[in-house]
Amino acid sequence: MIPELGHFSLIIALCLALTLGILPILGAARNNAVLMGVARPLAYGQFVFIALAFATLANAFLGNDFSVLYVAEHSNSQLPAQYRFAAIWGGHEGSLLLWAFILSIWTAAVATFSKHLPEEMVARVLGVMGLVAVGFLLFMLFTSSPFERLLPAAADGRDLNPLLQDPGLVIHPPMLYMGYVGFSVAFAFAIAALIGGKLDATWARWSRPWTTVAWVFMTIGIGLGSSWAYYVLGWGGWWFWDPVENASFMPWLVGTGLIHSLAVTEKRGAFKSWTVLLAIAAFSLSLLGTFLVRSGVLTSVHSFASDPKRGIFILSFLVVVIGVSLLLFAWRAPKIGLGGKFDMLSRESLLLSNNVLLSVASASVFIGTLYPLFMDALGFGKLSVGPPYFQAVFVPLMFPMVLMMGLGPMARWKKMAVPELAKRVRWGFASSVVIALLLPLVLGHWTPLIALGLMMAFWIIASLVISLRSRLSGQGELLKRVRAQSLSYYGMQLAHLGVAVFIIGVTMVKGFETERDVRMNVGDTVQAGGYEFRFFGVTDTTGPNYVAGVGRVTVSKNGQFVTELLPEKRQYNVSGMPITQAAISTGLFRDLYVSLGEPIPESEGAWAVRVYIKPFVDWIWFGCLLMALGGVLAISDRRYRVHSKKAAAVPTEGAEQKLSVEGQPV
Amino acid sequence: MMRFWPFVLFVVLAGFLYVGLHLDPREIPSPLVGKTAPKFTLALLQEPAKQFSTEQMKGQVWLLNVWASWCVSCKEEHPVLMALAERKLVPIYGLDYKDKREDGMAWLNNGGNPYVLSMSDLEGRIGIDYGVYGVPETYVIDKQGTIQYKQIGPVTPDNLREKILPLVAELQAK
Repeated sequence: MIPELGHFSLIIALCLALTLGILPILGAARNNAVLMGVARPLAYGQFVFIALAFATLANAFLGNDFSVLYVAEHSNSQLPAQYRFAAIWGGHEGSLLLWAFILSIWTAAVATFSKHLPEEMVARVLGVMGLVAVGFLLFMLFTSSPFERLLPAAADGRDLNPLLQDPGLVIHPPMLYMGYVGFSVAFAFAIAALIGGKLDATWARWSRPWTTVAWVFMTIGIGLGSSWAYYVLGWGGWWFWDPVENASFMPWLVGTGLIHSLAVTEKRGAFKSWTVLLAIAAFSLSLLGTFLVRSGVLTSVHSFASDPKRGIFILSFLVVVIGVSLLLFAWRAPKIGLGGKFDMLSRESLLLSNNVLLSVASASVFIGTLYPLFMDALGFGKLSVGPPYFQAVFVPLMFPMVLMMGLGPMARWKKMAVPELAKRVRWGFASSVVIALLLPLVLGHWTPLIALGLMMAFWIIASLVISLRSRLSGQGELLKRVRAQSLSYYGMQLAHLGVAVFIIGVTMVKGFETERDVRMNVGDTVQAGGYEFRFFGVTDTTGPNYVAGVGRVTVSKNGQFVTELLPEKRQYNVSGMPITQAAISTGLFRDLYVSLGEPIPESEGAWAVRVYIKPFVDWIWFGCLLMALGGVLAISDRRYRVHSKKAAAVPTEGAEQKLSVEGQPV
Repeated sequence: MMRFWPFVLFVVLAGFLYVGLHLDPREIPSPLVGKTAPKFTLALLQEPAKQFSTEQMKGQVWLLNVWASWCVSCKEEHPVLMALAERKLVPIYGLDYKDKREDGMAWLNNGGNPYVLSMSDLEGRIGIDYGVYGVPETYVIDKQGTIQYKQIGPVTPDNLREKILPLVAELQAK
């Protein structure tokens, strides 16, 4: 009976979402306080019932209820409990339920933290989010219910894809979905503002913290996914330009543009229509990502559960949501206006250029991802686009972007004289060029790409130092001056530092990695990057639901023992699928990475072994983490705390003004 | 009329996506299934001086696996093929698709080589004849040279057990 309760909860949630999508928006149009007032209770109700459905499914997974088709397809009684829980989002139906669940969390959160907003705004925002939920709930109930029965029940389940049986995969999808779905808040604010016809700076101020939170989740989600690929696929790569990776990267790029654009709109009232368009685009790309993953239009490593028939439904939903939004935009756009004026060189112009570059970068990823589909649809034959395209397009776009990223925080709003800016940055620029030219020589390997990468990273760091110095210089105690800067300023700088750290990671690993793929007999050694790896053979072992061969490799440097690594080759009992589990010794400056290839048939005990030295590779994910932390700092800024207390109190104009002096973070 | 551009672009995109749904490789079986496998003669990957021709496969049931060193899914598929090759049930021939010769060779030397032979399809021309959409793809070709099955995406232990191996056994018995 319990799974049916889950299904029933979804139906109730659909009714609530439908009401939420209609009544409050109607109420806002008619200025009817009663109709607007139902928005919050409906949002909470929707959350409760979707949560109930989610709990029901979790219960079925944890209790090994194989009379539920979805559980039988994605779980097994041997599967450890944490993976039985994560298996909820191991397939299509459960992923959708997670999507809807997270959407209901965001909706309830907006309902809770919007006490200071005008009623009609809240009504419209929650209404729009309700309509989005309607689409997903309909999709689930009509084409992909996770509560379908399998009668008679299966004796045991088919097991979760072994690639997904990993701690990273337990948290990666929820994080990523928090990001994807989080952009629905900015979207809902933009649509609400379009409906209301009031596109001033206020909607930007309200939706900014929400957008930043979503962006933080997304950044962490993408970073986790990338590190998973690094240690599970066993080939030492960390980004493959796979369609599904791209599907998450596109909204991230546009979302990054959006948080910057929102800042300009809030502070200066400029780029109003551009910001609205970005808000629509970020969420549209999130929906498109869902479409790409779930419809099977593109083949990819990640399409674990695709079904073309469902594609029609998602596409229709996509057309309705995005089409209507863009029409609304076209209809309302003339009212928006361009906003505040600014000069050729100003913080606005730099931010606008970066916004354009981020959008172009996103568009280029988009074209690369969908190009095979376009060509096929036009009858030009079948082809595929590989990493060379993405690298060729991406790196040239990164360079000007990073250049302006350094200048932006130092430039003034409205107007900045070229000589003044040049004077402020010349030493930073010169030193980053010198370091970039010399450092690779010191490290023993000079290529233009290494130099370029290092230059970009050091330029960001140098401009950060310059900005900090000028902010913190002056009279009196240093600590006081440090405290005087807003948290959002530090947040921005931390996030930018994250980009620098990320670039260092990418540059160093691309430029200096050592890869040795060798056949090793027991007792053989191999030298790589100054380390000696000794292979002690492979012994058999059993895990909870797999059998594995565990290789033992000791690493030494100059005769000194460094570490012992135990790479595994697992074979999962139910699916019979072999999985490589690389053994990695993580270090600040290098990873030692060993993974088992295949046993060599002719000789007993010999294996193909992959030995990689990956310098600075962890900086890639550390950079992502810093970006995310920067976002967290930015939303902890006191003006947001001030805001939430402000409802009853006097407006704290002083605080606002103090924060909008020259050099204000974005 | 600037403001209508986003909408117009989206409508075009939606049109493509709609057409794309119907082109779906998983939905429509390859039109080549049941037809004679396109003939080709190609230089071998590891010994470019020698050539492979589909003619020499007459009278054998064989698998043609399209792979590339740049392909992520191939990495997932690779251990499955290695295990299959070890069982010696059916010869696997590889078509290294749109790949640099040295990259392809490095892949085989380092990761292990499940193929009897690999051919190098540098420009992807054979891939077009075979309607290769995404790498990896695997074809089951019978003794008469007819394509009997096409697997799009990585071969998994499941579909080996359920589809490919039973089909191979049936074809070999004929």
